[in-house]
Amino acid sequence: MAKTESTFRNMALSLTLISLGASACLGFVYELTKGPIELSVLNKKISAIRQVVPEFTNNPNEEMFLLPTGEGDSLEVYPAKKGDEIVGYAVNAYTNKGFSGKITLMAGFKPDGTIINITVLNQKETPGLGTKMTEPGFKDQFNGKNPAEFPLKVRKDGGSVDAITAATISSRAFCDAIGRAYNTLQKGGQK
Amino acid sequence: MNQLENFTKGLLKENPILVLVLGTCPTLATTSSSLNGMGMGIATTFVLIGSNVVISLLSKVIPDKVRIPAFIVVIASFVTIVDLVMQAYVPALYETLGIFIPLIVVNCIVLGRAEAFASKNNVLTSLIDGAGMGIGFTLALGILGAFREIVGSGTIFGYKFISGDGVLVFILAPGAFLALGYMIALVNRIKRTSK
Repeated sequence: MAKTESTFRNMALSLTLISLGASACLGFVYELTKGPIELSVLNKKISAIRQVVPEFTNNPNEEMFLLPTGEGDSLEVYPAKKGDEIVGYAVNAYTNKGFSGKITLMAGFKPDGTIINITVLNQKETPGLGTKMTEPGFKDQFNGKNPAEFPLKVRKDGGSVDAITAATISSRAFCDAIGRAYNTLQKGGQK
Repeated sequence: MNQLENFTKGLLKENPILVLVLGTCPTLATTSSSLNGMGMGIATTFVLIGSNVVISLLSKVIPDKVRIPAFIVVIASFVTIVDLVMQAYVPALYETLGIFIPLIVVNCIVLGRAEAFASKNNVLTSLIDGAGMGIGFTLALGILGAFREIVGSGTIFGYKFISGDGVLVFILAPGAFLALGYMIALVNRIKRTSK
């Protein structure tokens, strides 16, 4: 078979056909992976909720509600209930003050505002420095503390949080996210 | 050149990273651990094989003047497939590789092999070339990642064997350059002595 010549008609035709074929393949793969992708996102969220609140019997994902932060947006709050009693709230918190952009985390609070546990969902901090925020050595210092008497600031800024060595910005960002989650939850509770 | 030579040339003689020095951007960025490096390598291998095969099939049909856009459409489709499949079945790896999966589209190795090899050879030869190049890329990334992981954080495949922190600079970008430079020097040495 001879090589197709570069006439206008040939070029337009071959590019159109290739694009059509490519989009058909992609549509097929998209349909195939849509379900598993949604499932894996959901599983990740539920396992994060499980880590930060006590055992629950309801479906926090279905009972999720939004609370305004007072900064023009709102946070997702997942109530954890045992029977009818609320045992905790998992708050999908975020901060834009990270060293390399947005950090999202799931923070669990008791109804009185005491922090139960925190898990980091997404962060792009410096490997080996800021990424230590995902390790128990840093994040577990918040567990069991109530931000009402535990100022959510690093020691350098007059708070009670031990910052990660060489990652003060990441530590501040972490505090910022928890602080926003706490304030939002408290304000929402008083309403 | 027989098919075996065609396959093995990607491993050392024409290794995309260590000899051709193509696609260094994802190399430096994703090799902070050996698993990440190998994950990136395998994803790229899949794209290389797929695009090499399709492009060698289509090379007669595609007019010369529009070959680059045509190649890119084919490559981008394979990358998107990898992207979706990884998101669905290996979400943890997908999260660490993040932006570098879509960026395989502009990885010089993939377009380079399409242009220099697949468009001029038959399907089988192109497939073997893609596999060889991909495995060479994966090996180079795996070794580079393992080295940086061992020296930088004292772990290998996530398993910690020394307590405390490693030499931090090897986890960061400058360490990637240093480690890659030494690897290239070593490969040049091996190639020279074996001649």
